[in-house]
Formats: sequence, C-alpha cells, structure tokens
Amino acid sequence: MREGRAKDEISPVADRVLRVLLPIAVLALGVALWELAVRVGGIPPYVLPSPWLVFSTLVSDRALLLASLLVTLTTTLQGFLLAALGGVGLAVLFNQSRLIEYSLYPYAVILQVTPIVAIAPLLLVYLPQQAAVLACAWIVAFFPVLANTTLGLNSVDHNLVDLFRLYGATRRQVLFELKLPAALPYILAGLKIAGGLSLIGAVVAEIAAGSAGAGSGLAYRIVESGYRLNIPRMFAALLLLSLAGILIFFALSLLSHVMLRRWHESAIVREV
Amino acid sequence: MTVDRDKPDTPIIALRGVGKSFANGVVALDRLDLNVWPGEFVSLLGASGCGKSTALRIIAGLSEPTRGKVEWIDAQAAGATGARRIGFVFQEPTLMPWATVAANVRLPLKLAGLPPDAQARVDSALARVGLSGFAQSYPRELSGGMKMRASIARALVTEPNLLLMDEPFAALDEITRFRLNNDLLGLWQSLGKTVVFVTHSVFESVYLSQRIVVMTQRPGRVFTELSIDAPHPRDERFRTSADYAGYCRRVSEALACASAVTDESPERS
Repeated sequence: MREGRAKDEISPVADRVLRVLLPIAVLALGVALWELAVRVGGIPPYVLPSPWLVFSTLVSDRALLLASLLVTLTTTLQGFLLAALGGVGLAVLFNQSRLIEYSLYPYAVILQVTPIVAIAPLLLVYLPQQAAVLACAWIVAFFPVLANTTLGLNSVDHNLVDLFRLYGATRRQVLFELKLPAALPYILAGLKIAGGLSLIGAVVAEIAAGSAGAGSGLAYRIVESGYRLNIPRMFAALLLLSLAGILIFFALSLLSHVMLRRWHESAIVREV
Repeated sequence: MTVDRDKPDTPIIALRGVGKSFANGVVALDRLDLNVWPGEFVSLLGASGCGKSTALRIIAGLSEPTRGKVEWIDAQAAGATGARRIGFVFQEPTLMPWATVAANVRLPLKLAGLPPDAQARVDSALARVGLSGFAQSYPRELSGGMKMRASIARALVTEPNLLLMDEPFAALDEITRFRLNNDLLGLWQSLGKTVVFVTHSVFESVYLSQRIVVMTQRPGRVFTELSIDAPHPRDERFRTSADYAGYCRRVSEALACASAVTDESPERS
C-alpha cells in the first residue's frame, strides 16, 4: 500500500543522487547566506570572516596550515593504531584470562570516564610533549575498541563453540578461527568510533600543550590564531580539522564495508 | 516391546545408567540406558525438554554425565588419538557466516591439521549433499535447506562412524524437510554410518528410523523401544502407505503413554 510507506517513495538511483546532492545544496545555501550576511551587515573579519576570506586564507597560509595538518594527522593516526592494537589486545587478554580482566577492567573504565581535558595537563608534566599528545589520543580512543571487541568476543554462537570443542580445537584455534572473526563486525564498529575520538584526543592534547607554549599541530594553530585575533586563519584551521575528521570516518567506513560486504548483514543492501 | 533382530554382538556405544542434573536443580536425565548398534539408524523421540538433546550431547562428549557412564565399545570409533570420529549436526545450521561453504565444510579437517587430501574430501562431501556448485557461496546466500545440507556435509567430511543429529530439520518447511529426509536416508544407506537422530516428530522418526527409542519427560529415561521393520530404501510410497500410518499410530500411543508417566501430571482443561 502506497499510503502505508513511511518515507517518500523514490527510485533507488534518485535516492542515491539526492543523498549526495541535498547536503551539498544545504552547504551551498549556508555558505551563501553567511557571505551575504557578512557583506550586507558589514561585519568586520575579526568578528566573522566571510567564507571567501576563509578560503583565501586557507590558500595563502597553505604551507603553514598543511604542515600543521600533517602533524595532527600523524598524531591521530599513531594514537588510532595504538588504540586499535591496545583495545583489541586488551580485549583478547581479558577474554583469555578472567583474573586479568577482573584486575584491569575497572581501570580501563576509570581512564575512559575521567575527562581527557583534565588529564592532558598532567600528562604534559610527566611526558615529553609528543608522547603526551599521543597518550591523550590513545586514552580517548582505545576504550570503544576494547568495549566493542569484548562484546564481540563474547557474542560467539554457542553451537559453534561446541562444534570447535567437538573437533578438539586448541585455545589458539578457537581464538583465531572463531572468536576474532565473529568479533570482526564489533571491532570495526569500535574502530569507527575510535577514529574520530583519536582526532579529538590529539586536538585536546595539542590545545593543552599549546597553552604551555609548545606544539605546531592544527589545534595549536587555532589557539595561536585566537591570541593574535587572526580569525580567518582560525576558521581555515577549523575547516581542515573538520575535513580530516570526515576523511577518517569515510576511510574507516570503507574499510568496514570491504571487510564485511560478503557476509555481514550490516553491509548487505537488500532488494525489496 | 523390545527389539529382537539380527544385530552385531557389540554396540558401538553404550550409555549405562546415565544421569544428568544441572546446577539449577533440573534433572534432565535419570538412569538412561541406551545401546547404539553399528550401522543402525536410531531415533530418540520425546517431547520438548525430555533430555534427548542432553543425551546426544553426552554421547558427543560435549556434556559430562553427573551419574553413570558412556562406554565406547568400538575402538575404531573411539579413535587412536582419543578424538572420537563423530559428526554432529545441530538444530541450526551453525555455519560460520564469514566463511564460504567450502571453508565451513573444511573446518573439521583444518582443526585437525589439514590432511593432504582435504580438498578432495571437501569436494566429495559437498557433492554428496548436492552443493558442488555452491562451494564459494557464503551461508547467507543459501536457503535454509541448503544451509542444513552444508552442515551435513561438514559432519560427513571427517568420515565419522557415528553421526549425531539434534532435530536438524525442525526449523525447515515440510517440503524441504521431506526432501532432506530422503537425502539423509540415501546417505545413510550408501555410507553405512551409524546415525542417532533426535526428534520430537513421530512422523519423521517413523519415516527415517530402524529403531525408535521413546523417552519419558523430566527426568528423561527410556520408556520403550519400537522397531520399524519396513525395508529400506523408503520413499514417498512408504510415507503414504498404511504400514506407515500404522507405525505412526503405535509410536504416537507409546509417546502418549510416556508423557503420562511423567512426574508432573499434566493439567486437564
């Protein structure tokens, strides 16, 4: 029944086109309004720079900003990789030994619930600056990987566990042939969250470090530009950070899709 | 009613006074005695929760009896390394969704350290269940019946002496179930395996089995045994014959009596 459909009825091709076009249209409209408001209202650039000014700042300061972007991205990537390794590794360790799980899990939770902004200054006291930034990115990002992987490792089909027992599988075989593959969708979901969080962790640490007078990442540029009232550059750096976040999200979504597309329900497009 | 026919002298496996109680106080099995003879097709028939699946899991070694013992008399079945050559088919297909059909069927061999002829054995197991063309498919791409075929191929790939099946066709539609019943009988006849088949369907047990063990409920124990002497191969003609109907009636009556001796008296409405 046509009336029964909850969503507007459109063809799949049109749906795909709209999905791309509509956000772009909204963006264009927003930017146009912003430009118009700045021009008509005569707002000075140190209060609100026009989109055009932000863009031209991005181009003129590209050497400085791209170098900073590279620093932040490197930290993010390192933090993310450590979070992935640490999160999956700890989850596997917890899964293999209940004693280790009982001993350490509460501290993993405490690390997670304590606001990273509050931890960053302390880390900067005790660790070299780069290590402290990395530690921040790691602390923020590893927990979702740990929590998701733990859930995944515990969600294995009981009959499959029995089957492995029946054929005399070793602990190692159960882990690598059964538990880790079964946990893969959960691990990838954890990684998707961790990607964004490791960028947040890197930014928080850079800002904390920036106020201590060190650093050259994108977040530091934002703080620095703020002090100098260079608002267009602040916007340009913010724009780059946003783009970096989007890039990370899509890269991880792609990874997840490629790894799951043959077998997992989440990656399958159903024909209705 | 006891079964009295030409049988090999020694059973392949014998359950002697097997009892199983769970931590929550449920007594699933109590003094269960059961012999399984080489090459036979025997069904354990009983209402849901009568402990027939528990008995099967105990035979498979997936569950330890709390009383009594399980004797493996056939040394071949017990295996040289102590690893018993058992095939187990669960109620669900229990396939690894991330692996192709071929990889799923190969699993038991892989866990045992991949013999050199693994590929040939996987191919022949798939051919036996009619899934040769689907080796590279993923489980989600198969129908329910085909998944169950893949599961049976996996159970056969190690060439077990004993095939244990836990209500394997209960979740399938009738048409698919009938077809798989026929295919299973064909496999049983051509391969000469011993099959222990758990079911709650009188009709299915009569159609498939040489011998039906009717179990009581809570605690599960053997109520009676009936032999189904109709000759194999059986086909749709048997399914619609008067003989079949007669067997079904007798087995149904036995099942009704078995339910009546349950500790809990069923409420009458």
